[in-house]
Amino acid sequence: MKNNWPLWEVFVRSKNGLEHRHFGSLHAADAEMALENARDVYTRRNEGVSIWVVESKHITASNPDDNGEFFEPAQDKVYRHPTFYDLPDEVKHM
Amino acid sequence: MSEKEVKNLEEIFEQKIARDEKIEPKDWMPEKYRQTHIRQISQHAHSEIVGMLPEGNWITRAPSLRRKVALLAKVQDEAGHGLYLYSACETLGVSREELYDQLHSGKAKYSSIFNYPTITWADIGAIGWLVDGAAIINQVPLCSTSYGPYARAMIRVCKEESFHQRQGFEIMMTLANGTPEQKEMAQDALNRWWWPSLMMLGPTDAESIHTEQSMKWKLKRKTNDELRQQFIDQTVPQADLIGLTIPDPDLKWNEERGSYDFGEIDWDEFWQVVKGHGPCNRERMNARVSAWEEGTWVRDAAMAYAKKQEDKKLKQAI
Repeated sequence: MKNNWPLWEVFVRSKNGLEHRHFGSLHAADAEMALENARDVYTRRNEGVSIWVVESKHITASNPDDNGEFFEPAQDKVYRHPTFYDLPDEVKHM
Repeated sequence: MSEKEVKNLEEIFEQKIARDEKIEPKDWMPEKYRQTHIRQISQHAHSEIVGMLPEGNWITRAPSLRRKVALLAKVQDEAGHGLYLYSACETLGVSREELYDQLHSGKAKYSSIFNYPTITWADIGAIGWLVDGAAIINQVPLCSTSYGPYARAMIRVCKEESFHQRQGFEIMMTLANGTPEQKEMAQDALNRWWWPSLMMLGPTDAESIHTEQSMKWKLKRKTNDELRQQFIDQTVPQADLIGLTIPDPDLKWNEERGSYDFGEIDWDEFWQVVKGHGPCNRERMNARVSAWEEGTWVRDAAMAYAKKQEDKKLKQAI
């Protein structure tokens, strides 16, 4: 019987105040086991205070081949950055 | 895709690597890059996993609780390192089952150093000091390799590895400062592990078929001979410090080069072990394959339980 454990992605919050960050992946039969395995594999030295696991098949990723069109709309909008606006030198702290 | 398009993509790819940009899993990459990485990362993962066996041999017989918890933690780390690396490798589109199959069928290699036996407690010291020492030298440059998931895995591995070497050196130092019998045991372990540790850094540059391509892809940042020299230069003073003798009559400081000259390595032995004729090749593979096969029912039961829980949840929802 071929009964392979599915792949899970692991996200760890290293301390309160920080976001969960992708740490890697692992195989587990279910979510509970994925959490316990993630604890053993990725937090053996107190690297985390909170773990998320999500089965890899549920992640939808953008395709790097389409990066040109996909991210292009943000590229020519320099007016979204503060440096676009000219201010007199006298104005401090703005 | 036309030949011209592929060539264009290859050029963009090479430029990216030249600019030190990382390659990520879904990026376009030449097939040879993918295959080379699958080969190297999986060999690396297999080495971590098989590497647990010689040390696991001494967990139940460690001389004190302090030594035992340290060795246990180290072996757990090796398991963890294997898992980081397997999952990095899977991002290249190969499944975990295929990787295990390659190891178990003998198609994939692992570091041949793990085919030597651990016959005394001092061997645990020698492995940590020398084998992990050589591994660190090999691995540090990989933290900046071009394939993102591999580089990230290596950063974690390197962070954890330095305790391994220290615990090994401490074992050697304690034995070397102990009774004459203990010191002799430490010297004997050094005698047996020294040359295999030098071989661990790979064939000489002249013999190494993958070096040139691997340097280009930053899969390698220094050649095998450079790494070996670095290992020797760093280790000899450590042996001096604890009063042990490196088993090489030709070892001599070369003032001009600012490095140690060393004797000829027995490459026949290296190739014999690589080809499967080392002292423990068969034992290691048997242990690995039977652990996998005897664990089948556990993996199946876990899946059956997961399915049952899932079904239960669905029923409750209705």
